[in-house]
Amino acid sequence: MSDDWRSYVQRIEELAARSGLEFHPVDFEAVPDSFMMEIAVYGLPVRMPHWSFGVRYIYQLIQRHMGHSRLFEVVFPGNPGHAYLASSNGLAENILVTAHVLGHADFSRNNLLFRRCQAQVSERIVEHAANHARQIQQAIEAHGMQRVEAVLDAALALEQHIDVDQPLRRPRYPEYLQDPKTLADDEFRKRFAALDPTAASTGIEVKKRAPVPPHPERDLLWFVANYAPEMESWERDIFLAVREESFYFYPVFATQIMNEGWASYWHARLLREADFVPQQAYLDAIKCHSDVVRPVAADQQVALTINPYHLGFAMWEKIVEKEGIEAARHIMEQDDDFGFVRNHLTRELADELNLFRFSARSDGQIKVLEHELTELHEALLGAKYNFGAPTVSASHVRNDGTLELTHDNSVDGRGLDLERSRKVLDYVQRVWRRPIVLTTVNQAGSTLELTSP
Amino acid sequence: MSENSNKPGTDAAKWYELFSRGARDWLRHDEKVRESVRQHLPQIIAGGDVINDGARTVRVPVRMLEHYHFRLRRPEESQGAGQGKAKPGDVFSDPSRQRGPGEKGPGGQDEGEVQLLLEFKVDDIVDWLWEEMQRPNLKARVGPSDETEWVREGWDRRGARSRLDRRRSFKEMVKRRRAPGATPSFIDEDLRFRQLTRRRQPAIHAVVFFMLDVSGSMSDRDRKLAKTFFFWVVQGLRREYRSLETVFVAHTTEAWEFTEAEFFQVSGTGGTVASTGFAKVREVIDARYNPGRCNIYLFYASDGDNSVSDSADARESLSSIAGDACYTGYVEVSSGLSRQLATETGRLFAELSAAGCAAGSYALNDFDDVWGAVRHFFTAESNAPEGP
Repeated sequence: MSDDWRSYVQRIEELAARSGLEFHPVDFEAVPDSFMMEIAVYGLPVRMPHWSFGVRYIYQLIQRHMGHSRLFEVVFPGNPGHAYLASSNGLAENILVTAHVLGHADFSRNNLLFRRCQAQVSERIVEHAANHARQIQQAIEAHGMQRVEAVLDAALALEQHIDVDQPLRRPRYPEYLQDPKTLADDEFRKRFAALDPTAASTGIEVKKRAPVPPHPERDLLWFVANYAPEMESWERDIFLAVREESFYFYPVFATQIMNEGWASYWHARLLREADFVPQQAYLDAIKCHSDVVRPVAADQQVALTINPYHLGFAMWEKIVEKEGIEAARHIMEQDDDFGFVRNHLTRELADELNLFRFSARSDGQIKVLEHELTELHEALLGAKYNFGAPTVSASHVRNDGTLELTHDNSVDGRGLDLERSRKVLDYVQRVWRRPIVLTTVNQAGSTLELTSP
Repeated sequence: MSENSNKPGTDAAKWYELFSRGARDWLRHDEKVRESVRQHLPQIIAGGDVINDGARTVRVPVRMLEHYHFRLRRPEESQGAGQGKAKPGDVFSDPSRQRGPGEKGPGGQDEGEVQLLLEFKVDDIVDWLWEEMQRPNLKARVGPSDETEWVREGWDRRGARSRLDRRRSFKEMVKRRRAPGATPSFIDEDLRFRQLTRRRQPAIHAVVFFMLDVSGSMSDRDRKLAKTFFFWVVQGLRREYRSLETVFVAHTTEAWEFTEAEFFQVSGTGGTVASTGFAKVREVIDARYNPGRCNIYLFYASDGDNSVSDSADARESLSSIAGDACYTGYVEVSSGLSRQLATETGRLFAELSAAGCAAGSYALNDFDDVWGAVRHFFTAESNAPEGP
């Protein structure tokens, strides 16, 4: 490919800085399409090996051969950020993509969720992931493919089950219950103790072991790595490596609409203001832009999915138009997709974009439902709660080491897919090495226990 | 790219042009699929339609493996958001959604159902079968054979250019040059050519007779069962013998020899007179195969309804074959009721076995039994006493 676009990078960066974007420096690299595809499949340029990525890879390959998906860029936040551009991009596409990447870089440096997770994971996730891959390769050499794969089967099956509200490097639970003395320092306790000094003093001396876990634990990766009765240290390391990558993926997942919208808004705006771009390249880039932010429903009358680029772009345009760029930046810093959609997707905008809510029956019949804004928000966001995973938490470890998992169906509204859940239990059981019991509800809503083995 | 080339990481770059992680992990997936296919060998063998005539591979449809995650049960009715000109109350149908909308994870685990057609080498499958059966060693009777083979032996100063032995010629040249006054480079005297000689080869020959009852009582399904079984028998024997010949005989009240292609297409009408078939086999043995030099196998598939009046003839001709054969096997294909070999023909083979000949029977009722039949005959054969 030609390197013409590189001469524009600096000018676009200057223009972006003048327009108020704040970003860490970004390394741009042009890579072949085949590698772009792999980055998309793995989510990171170098990542641990696992057969499930192979399955996704084949699906991507099929999709690409059918001409469905084309990737222009993938960007990784950090300091410096890393942007990979498809070497098949033309000049106009690369100019557009450079501006788009700077929009992402601004977002990931300033959005609070990104900042919090990056503070935990560090700003060098690309290098960390490559280290994990190397570490797992060494484990394969030391312990054999079969054993490492069994651990990865379990760890990657639980990859969404983390708790980003807890620190990445999180201490174990306190071993003992808090000494009741520290709690009992009020007037009543003093007088009660004075009644029978012998009874009171013996009760206080005994330290009580805290139950494990002291409360239902959502961070299954962390919990298993720390409390599995017989896990080997290299197995724990693999669990923690997967968990660290999940901490990186969470903000990407939870701000997709905002983030893509923000980057699209800025590539459009920077392009408009970039007087140094030749006329022809400008026209080509505008066409490319309209392809990217086009609603899925453009050709057809009705689509049952929504292009997040399109939705995010339309929302940011509206916000900037109504409230100004400063307010928009403020929103960008503070929200994630949940707050963003709920607060800023108004009835007016939803109507303008022809958004609707539907219900789909299992026989394929689709029915368009009444316009109801909050319900529409939920339909858009439903798949994103809890990292897109059911709320399963570790609730108890029995004396014999049996792990009790509980699925909170009151949050999710229905029970788990039993077949799949059983398989996941089988994966996890091989590293927990004691029985596992999972409680959920069946179709009829009555409690059900799955066990492994 | 030039302005980037001095940055760390980019010198070593381009590794991704040589190595694809996606392909590596895909291969690992493939391996896992094959492992799991391997654990279901009996079902594969039973699949009547995996056999391509003459091909050395079988195709097995498999599903992509799924890496499981916790997922919610698929709801009867789910809600989603869409876009376009649609009014509340509009109803339309979307067949692609019939499986229900997938709950997508961050990496998109909702990959739907793609079927792969994996191709397996028949040899690999037979390898696995052999492993499964603890490698029965067929007891072959080695006979001296007329087969000869060309082997290298010695050198000569004359020969075809292609057999010039350069190393040897060079040595000769060096040797000659030690004498004073020798010419420095190669002369014709130095050249040595490899010689070939014919040598007799102790080869092991085998011939398998497949005899099929095609009388009116044998249905298409019965014949297909027999065919599937025969297919795996040939595969098994081929591994043991360098040259394996097959003879196909079909009979009703008469018997004919067929080519392999025709054999399985044949259907006849009328009664069953097994002795005609055995006589035909005998005839072919006498005409073409010397029992002293050749290992003879006979596999007979029938529904067992031999006519009672034929018993004596059948017994006689069968025992004459059994005397010369390494092994005779009988599969009784009976759809419907399994009479478990309590038929005329079944009795015949039972007698033979009781008389100490290497003979065995197996009742084949269903495609699932094919695996059992293959295992039965090959383990039985390897345990059978040496033939006379």
